[in-house]
Amino acid sequence: MKELFPAKQVMGLVFSLVLTLVALLVHFTDMSFAVGMTILLVTAFIQAFLQLVVFMHAGESKDGKAIYTNVFYGFIIALVTIFGSLLILIWDM
Amino acid sequence: MEFFERFAVPHPSPMIYASMVAIGLVVIGIVFGITYFKKWGYLWREWFTTVDHKKIGIMYLISALLMLFRGGADAILMRLQLSSPDMEILDAQHYNEIFTTHGVVMIIFMAMPFIFAFMNLVVPLQIGARDVAFPRLNALSFWLFFAGAMLFNISFVVGGSPDAGWTSYFPLAGNDFSTSVGTNYYMIAIQISGIGSLMTGINMITTILKMRAPGMTLMKMPMFTWSAFIANVIIVFAFPVLTIALLMGTTDRLFATNFFTTTNGGMDMLWANFFWVWGHPEVYILILPAFGLYSEIISTFSSRNLYGYKSMVGSMVLISLLSFLVWTHHFFTMGQGALTNSIFSVTTMAIAVPTGVKIFNWLFTMYKGKIRFTVPMLYSIGFIPLFTVGGVTGVMLAMSAADYQFHNTMFLVAHFHNTIIPGVVFAMLAGLTYYWPKFFGFMLNEKIGKWSFWLLSVGFVLAFFPMYITGLDGQARRMYTYSEATGFGPLNLMSFFGAALMAIAFVTIVYNILYSIKNSPRNIGNDPWDARSLEWATHTPVPEYNFARLPQVASSEAYWDAKKNGHKLFTGELKDIHMPNNSGVPFIMGIIFFVAGFSFIFALWVPAVIALIGIFACMALRSFELDHGRHIHVKEIKEIESQYEGGAK
Repeated sequence: MKELFPAKQVMGLVFSLVLTLVALLVHFTDMSFAVGMTILLVTAFIQAFLQLVVFMHAGESKDGKAIYTNVFYGFIIALVTIFGSLLILIWDM
Repeated sequence: MEFFERFAVPHPSPMIYASMVAIGLVVIGIVFGITYFKKWGYLWREWFTTVDHKKIGIMYLISALLMLFRGGADAILMRLQLSSPDMEILDAQHYNEIFTTHGVVMIIFMAMPFIFAFMNLVVPLQIGARDVAFPRLNALSFWLFFAGAMLFNISFVVGGSPDAGWTSYFPLAGNDFSTSVGTNYYMIAIQISGIGSLMTGINMITTILKMRAPGMTLMKMPMFTWSAFIANVIIVFAFPVLTIALLMGTTDRLFATNFFTTTNGGMDMLWANFFWVWGHPEVYILILPAFGLYSEIISTFSSRNLYGYKSMVGSMVLISLLSFLVWTHHFFTMGQGALTNSIFSVTTMAIAVPTGVKIFNWLFTMYKGKIRFTVPMLYSIGFIPLFTVGGVTGVMLAMSAADYQFHNTMFLVAHFHNTIIPGVVFAMLAGLTYYWPKFFGFMLNEKIGKWSFWLLSVGFVLAFFPMYITGLDGQARRMYTYSEATGFGPLNLMSFFGAALMAIAFVTIVYNILYSIKNSPRNIGNDPWDARSLEWATHTPVPEYNFARLPQVASSEAYWDAKKNGHKLFTGELKDIHMPNNSGVPFIMGIIFFVAGFSFIFALWVPAVIALIGIFACMALRSFELDHGRHIHVKEIKEIESQYEGGAK
């Protein structure tokens, strides 16, 4: 029975529901823009990571390493592009 | 009649009318010729529906040569217009259109298909695979590229060409300043072929990661495959930025959004930013496979293994990362502060380091090697000093303070042609000569080939080195004329002569192909160059299934091991080979994309919606289609193998 029950996925679902509830707090409570945005960003990234690992099974096949390298590389390039653009067009313009 | 007025060229000249007639005649001629010789069935069966990576590679190759001709014709017209002061061959508008299409055609529709041609032709053979990972997707990539290219190329006779530069900066490219449909062509044609490029990127990465021959670890891959791998990784990360930027530009132009406008909260500089976030990695997408080809060629014709394999791979990985960290150097003068410019100056100069490592590795490969001066090797040897000049002027441009002087002058134009022509074009021509026998079964004539090389090199130096001087003297790029008092005349005349020599070189290359088709001997064996990697281990011309038995690999030069060190490449029994079926869907999707693109360009919404439905219908069809491929049975393989001299190896 234990092998048949997808404990990891159920836990994942519960956790992602919790994350959704936390994100909803931003709408229903009165908090500053900075705090709200931080909560949204943090929960969004954890949520995305959760989807990737638990529900899209990254890392479970033998390509796991390639998948994580890929995600990591994409992450770095996205961060560089976003913060570089902010630097060019807003912070240092 | 009002409906048809939108298709008129807004700025006609006798030259454009002549082109219309010429295009019409050529199309009629081709259709008549194919019908007369009853070749439609053959074309459909063997080419339009093919999913064979070799045939797709050959189609990329032919398209690239055609586009080289088109872009080259643009270049000659530009150089002619500038050959002496106050020329009146082209007016300002026509000149704008020509430099725009020259840039786009050369980068997107010449250089890109050229590198895709070699990736398609060579990578599966080098890794001992039977095809790419997704053969039908590969065909779709090609037909999307082709649809985009054709769409872009009809622009100058239907509705007008884009005229805002190949960078198409907003607000100039916006509706206020570019009123013709030209820039719509730019946005949509590049979008269509860009989708194809992205698919190729995914396809090639999967192929290289999943389909290598037994024993070939990542660090035992031949260098061209490594370079193709890195280039495709850059494609997958860079092209989505272009896709989105083009989409935003398209909606700005067609649906009056305000992403890149100067009012209503739009930011025109964001386009330049996005364009170069894609644009700088793009130049490495082009140059890395070129470096890969040089590595193969230099190692083969020096009769030595490649010096510093690991540092070659390492420097390419580093280049791929650094290529995403330098984009601001294309617009140092846009108004951002000194801090930003300094950061991007440093990252830009840092790229020179891994590139320098590669240059030294090639030199050390040749050092004490037994060098054979064949045509591919001549291009490779010519590349090293010429490209280094381009690299050094690149470091000059990287200094942001000095860039305020160089920016938008002919100095910059000289610099990037100095890297792209010896870097990419020489590599493509070297690769063309080097791999020609593998795919067509005969060599290109060496003597004519050497003439082409020398004409091209001398022409190149004559055409572009004077621009460094006129650039430093203040000749701006994209100016359609200049007065005699500027003193730019003589050097520009020299440039024109150089460009003419390069045009003659192109003619000799075409002549060489025709001459060799007629005169070259056909019994050249599998390995005419005494080469080192797996692609030469199979028959010439390559059978449909590439390898009757999958090769066993123990180093990056498996074939050399087999020839010299008694390595056994092919062992075991023949087995049935599983191959993909041909499909006409990619070709049809290409046509539908063409129609959709054309409709969007002219804001014809009814056909646009119909075509979009057609695209989704094709995708749905593919999703529900049952296609298990087919098998080539052992008996059949034996028959094919025995047709080659010496039978199966």
